Amino acid sequence: MEQKTKINAEDGKQELVITREFDLPLELLFKAHVEPDIIEQWMSTPHSPTKVLKLESKKHGSYQFETIDAKGNKYGFNGVIHEFIPNRKITRTFEMENTPFGVQLEFYEFEKLTDDTSKLNMHVIYESVSHRDQVLKLPFAQGINMAHNRIQEIVSKLK
Amino acid sequence: MNLRRDVFQAIADPTRRAILMLVASQSMTAGAIASNFDTARPTVSKHLQILTECELLKQEQNGREIYYHLNPKKMKEIADFIEPFRKMWDDRFNKLETIMKKYKPEK
Repeated sequence: MEQKTKINAEDGKQELVITREFDLPLELLFKAHVEPDIIEQWMSTPHSPTKVLKLESKKHGSYQFETIDAKGNKYGFNGVIHEFIPNRKITRTFEMENTPFGVQLEFYEFEKLTDDTSKLNMHVIYESVSHRDQVLKLPFAQGINMAHNRIQEIVSKLK
Repeated sequence: MNLRRDVFQAIADPTRRAILMLVASQSMTAGAIASNFDTARPTVSKHLQILTECELLKQEQNGREIYYHLNPKKMKEIADFIEPFRKMWDDRFNKLETIMKKYKPEK
C-alpha cells in the first residue's frame, strides 16, 4: 500500500516534514487552507468537530480553532500568520493551548504539479528536539529514517 | 540481569541502530557484527544483549555458532508507533481531497 502522506522526522532534529500529493489543482488545495467552513470540514472527525473561531488569512493575521471531543472537552489551538502568499506559501505559528508542547513554527508550501495535481510541503519546527518527540510520541520515527531502506523494506512487506 | 528493556530506548543508540541495519540484510554471528565496529567486543556484546532482550534481535543456534537476526515483527511494532500521527494527517488530507473534488466554485 502506497502511503500518500509521508512524514520525515530525522534523528535529533527539532523539526519534521509532512508531505502529501493531492489529486487537486493547486488553487483548490490552497482554498482548503483558507476558507473557514472548508477547514472545519476536513479538520473535524465524526466524534470531534473542529470550529474555526477566528481566521484572518493575511500577513499579521491570527487564527483560533477549537476542537470538542466526544466527552465535550474543548481543545483550543491558535497562532499568528507571519506570511501569506496566495497559492504558494503560509508561514504561521501553532500552539495547542494548555499543553506542554509549546509553540511551533509552520511553513506550508503549496506547489503545482500538473493542472490537476498539487503538493503540500509542511515544515514544522519545534522549540526543542524533545518537544518534537513529545508531539510525535516516539523517538523512533528518526530511528526508522536513519536505519532507512533495508529495515523500511522489511517493515513495509509486513503491512 | 533480567531488566525489561524499553525498545525505544534501545533504538535511541546509534550503534544499536547500526547493528540493526547490519543484520537486516543477513544473519550474523556476534564476532562478525563486532568486526564492523571500532568499539571493544564486550561493548558490542552488551548492545546485542540489549537488542535481544527487547526482542529486536533473535538468536539462532547453528552448529556451534549463534547467529543474530532481525525480528521484523518487533520492528514493525516500532514503525507503527509513528503511524497514529501519520494516519491523523492522512485522514485529514484524504477528507480535504474528497471535499475539494466536490467543490463548486461560486464565481
